[in-house]
Amino acid sequence: MSASINPALQPLASQPSVFATLRRVIFDRPATIFALVVVILFVLVAALAPLIAPYDPLAQSILDVNKPPSAAHPVGTDQFGRDVLSRLVYGSRNSLILGFVSPVLAAILGTFLGVVAGYFGGFVDRIVSRIIDLLLAFPELLLAILIAAVLGGGFWNVVAVLTVAFTPGFARVARASTLAVKQEPYIEAAVAVGLRTPMIILRHVVPNIAAPIVVLTTLWIASAIRLEASLSFLGIGTQPPNPSWGNIIRDGLNNLFGSPWPIIGAGALITLVVLAFNLLGDAVRDALDPEASR
Amino acid sequence: MTQDLLRLSDVTVEFGPPKRPVRVVEGVSFSVGKGESVGLVGESGSGKSVTSLAIMRLIGGRVAKGRIEFEGRNLLDLPASAMPAIRGRDIAMIFQEPMSSLNPLMTVGDQVAEALLLHGWHDRTARRKRTVEMLDLVGIPNAEGRLGAYPHQFSGGMRQRVMIAMAVACEPKLLIADEPTTALDVTIQAQVLDLMKKVRRELGMAILLISHDLGVIADVCERVVVMYAGRVVEEADIRTILTRPQHPYTQGLLRSVPRRSHEAERLYQIPGSVPPAGSIRQGCPFRDRCELAVPRCAEEMPPMFRFGPSQSAACWVTAAAKGASQAGAAA
Amino acid sequence: MTRYIVVRLLDAIPTVLLVLTLVFVAMRILPGDPAVAALGDFATPEQREAFREQMGLNAPLWQQYLTFVASSLTLDFGESMMNGRDVLGLISYNLPYTIELTIASVLLGVLIGVPFGVWAATNANSAPDSAMRGFSLIGYAVPDFYLGALLLIVFSLNLGWFPINGGGEGILDRMHHVFLPALTLAFIKAAFLGRLTRTALLEVLGRDYIRTARAKGAREPRVIYRHGLRNALLPLTTGLGLTTLTALSGSVAIELVFNRPGLGKLLISAIAERDYAVIQGGIVVFALFVVAINLTMDLVYVLVDPRIRVS
Repeated sequence: MSASINPALQPLASQPSVFATLRRVIFDRPATIFALVVVILFVLVAALAPLIAPYDPLAQSILDVNKPPSAAHPVGTDQFGRDVLSRLVYGSRNSLILGFVSPVLAAILGTFLGVVAGYFGGFVDRIVSRIIDLLLAFPELLLAILIAAVLGGGFWNVVAVLTVAFTPGFARVARASTLAVKQEPYIEAAVAVGLRTPMIILRHVVPNIAAPIVVLTTLWIASAIRLEASLSFLGIGTQPPNPSWGNIIRDGLNNLFGSPWPIIGAGALITLVVLAFNLLGDAVRDALDPEASR
Repeated sequence: MTQDLLRLSDVTVEFGPPKRPVRVVEGVSFSVGKGESVGLVGESGSGKSVTSLAIMRLIGGRVAKGRIEFEGRNLLDLPASAMPAIRGRDIAMIFQEPMSSLNPLMTVGDQVAEALLLHGWHDRTARRKRTVEMLDLVGIPNAEGRLGAYPHQFSGGMRQRVMIAMAVACEPKLLIADEPTTALDVTIQAQVLDLMKKVRRELGMAILLISHDLGVIADVCERVVVMYAGRVVEEADIRTILTRPQHPYTQGLLRSVPRRSHEAERLYQIPGSVPPAGSIRQGCPFRDRCELAVPRCAEEMPPMFRFGPSQSAACWVTAAAKGASQAGAAA
Repeated sequence: MTRYIVVRLLDAIPTVLLVLTLVFVAMRILPGDPAVAALGDFATPEQREAFREQMGLNAPLWQQYLTFVASSLTLDFGESMMNGRDVLGLISYNLPYTIELTIASVLLGVLIGVPFGVWAATNANSAPDSAMRGFSLIGYAVPDFYLGALLLIVFSLNLGWFPINGGGEGILDRMHHVFLPALTLAFIKAAFLGRLTRTALLEVLGRDYIRTARAKGAREPRVIYRHGLRNALLPLTTGLGLTTLTALSGSVAIELVFNRPGLGKLLISAIAERDYAVIQGGIVVFALFVVAINLTMDLVYVLVDPRIRVS
C-alpha cells in the first residue's frame, strides 16, 4: 500500500534539468557573463576590502581636501581629505551584506506568513492577505522610508526596515503558490497516510514553492542594494562616518562645490552593481521559472 | 461559365527564415466566379486558413510563388499601401473566433461604422443610418438601440452577426469566411449560415467559405475545393463531390460526415493525421494514410486529373482507374 | 458602474483604518518607548515625562488609539516640537511642491516612455527595440538621487540653466524649478513605462481584433493607435498607478538632492531632528496619499474599461 503512495509523495524527486538550464541561461548570453563577472568582483572587493583599499576609509587629512583624481587618489578625496576609493571599497561591504541578508530574511519571514495563510485559509488568511495587499500598495522604498522614520538609522535597523519592506511580496507569492500546491494529489496522499501538518508543510509544500521564492530572492538583491543606498542617502540608513555608497553621495552633495568625484564614483558603482544583479536575477528567473518571463 | 472574380494560380506560401523555409501552402490554384459561393475544405493544418489570409495579404509568412488575381489584377504586385483600400471594400473577411475578433473597447456601432468610414462614408448621418441598416440586416434586434453596446454584452452568435454586418457593410464583391461557425453552438451555427446565404442573396456577392466541415460547406456552397497538407487535391461542384468523390481523401472526409440515415453506424475516421507542414518533399502527401497507395504515389506528386466537366482530382490511382486525362492549364 | 464606484469608495474606509492602525502600532510599539526614540538617550526623566504628557502617551493604549485615529482623520497632528508650528500648516505648505513634482514627473515620464515603447513594439527585435531594452536596463539600475545629482552638477552648477535649490515663486519660476527634478524622476519612470508599453502593445497587436481591423481596411497608424494602444491602456493604467506611487516615493530623495521644499524633505528633516509630531503627521499623510492614488487608479479603470463601466 505504502509503496504505491510513495511516488506520489515525491513529485519533485527528479528535476535534473534545473542546473543544466541555469548553466545554459548564464553562459549563452554575453550580458549574463558580464553580470557574473561584475558580481564576482563586487563580492571579492567587499570580502577583501582591508587588503584592497589603499587607505583607511576614515582617516582624515586636512592637507588633502577635495583633491581631483590622481595617481595617489584614483577617485580623489572628499571634504575631509578621506580617500574616496577606499571609502567606496569599504562601502561595498554594506551593500553586499544588506543586499543579501535582507532578501533572505524577508524570504523566510514572507514564506512563513504566506504558507500559513495559504495552507490554513480561513480567518488567518483573511487577516494576513488584507495586510499583505495593503502593504503591497506601497512602493518598497516608501514603505522603507516610513518604517525607517519610526526606527531610525543604523545597521540592524536597516536590516529590519528592508526585511519588513520585502516581506509582503514574498508572502503573496508564497501564499499563491501554496494555494496551488494544496490542490495537488500528493498533499492529499500525505494527509491520507497520516503525516503531521508541520511535516507536510516542510516536506511537501515548501520544496514545491521554492522555485518562485528563489527567483524573487535573487531579483530583490538588486532592489535591496538600491534601497540601502537610498536610505543611507536620506540619512536613515548606514550612519556616518561608516562609509556606504548612499551616504558617500549624501556627503558629496553637501560638498558639491568642493568635488563631484565622490558622487560620480559611488553612483556609478551602485548603477553597475544593481544592473549586474538585475541581469543575473533575470537569468535565474528564466532558468527556474520560465513561465514568469515573457 | 461565370467570369472569374478571384483566381489563385500556383500559390505557394512559406514561413520561417528564407534560407530554411517551411512551405505551408504549395501550388494552390482555384478560382471564385462573380457571385459564386465556393467552399474550401480540409482538416486543420491543411493550409486553408493560410490561403485565405494570403488572399488578403494578412499573413506573417511570404507568398513565395504564384499569382492571386482579383478582377484581373495580381494583388501580389500591388504595393502594401494599396491593400487597405481593397480590404473591406472589395474583399471582406470574417473569422472563426467571434469572441475575440471584435475590439472590446469599441461599441459595436462604432466598429461597423469604422468599416464604412474607412471606405469613403464621410457623412456622419448617412454612416449611422447605414450602420443601423446593416445591423438590422444581420438580425440584431433593436439595432438602433444597440449601437452603443459593447461586444461583451453580446453572445457569440450575436457577435458573429456583428462581424458579418461589419464585413458586408461596404458591399464587398467577395466575402471570405474562415470557419465562421466553428466556435458556435449547433443551433446558432445554422442561423449564421442562413444569414450568410441571405446576405449573399441580397447583396449579390461571392463567398469563399473555409471550413473543416463538409456539411457546413454543402449548406452554403455551389463548388468545393478540397485541400490536404497545403495542396489542392480535388475540386468539383458540391453535388458531384457528395455523390462521386474521386480523391481517396475526399472519400474519407465524406465517410466521416455524420448522416441521419446511418445513425447506428460507427462514424468513420481517416487513420493517421495530417503530416506537419513542410515535411512532405516528394510524392503525394496523403499516401501514408491512403488505402489505395501505389509505389508511384511516393515518387511523384500527382497532377490534377479531369474527371468530368466540373471535377478534377489529384490521384494517380483513381485517375488510372477512370481513365481521366491530365487537367493541364484548366480554363 | 455607480455600484462599482460605491463599492470601491466604501472599501477604502477599512483600508484607511487599517493603515492608521499599522502606523499606530509601528509608532507606539515598535521603537519601545517613543519618549526615548524622540528625545534620545540623554534626555532627563522629567523631559521624558513632559513629552509623554504632551503626546498623550500616559493614557491607556485603546484611548491613545482612538485619539490617534480621530486626530488623523481630522488632520490634527498637533505642533512641531522644534518650532511650535502647526504640523498641518507645515504639511499644507510643503504638500503642493510634492504634488507638483509627482505630477510633472509622471507627465514627462508618460510623454517620453509611451512613444518610446510604441516605437520599440512596432519595430520589435530590431534597433529601436534594443535601444528600449538598454534604456530600461539603465533606468532600472540607476538610483534616482544619483541621476538627479549628475543633472544638478551638469545643468545647474556648470551650465547654469536651472536653479540649484528651492521651489520657486510664481507659476513660471516654479516650472523652472521643478523641471530638472521632474526630468530626473521621469527618466526612470519612462524606462518602466516604455518597457510596459512595449510589452502590452506587442501583446495586443497579436490579438484577433487587430486582424479584424486590418481586414476591414484600417491602415497601420490607425491599427496601432486606435485599436492597439487603446487596448494597451488597460495594463498601462495599472503601470501609471505604480509610476505615480514610485514617483511619490522617489520625490523624497529628489527633494533632498535639489533642496526643494516638499513632504519628503519635511519628513527627512523631522527624522533628523526627532520631531515626533511632524514624523507622525508626515507618515500618516504619505500613507493616506498612497491609499488615495490607488483608489484613483481603480476609478480611472472604470473610465478606460467599458467591461466595468457598462455592466
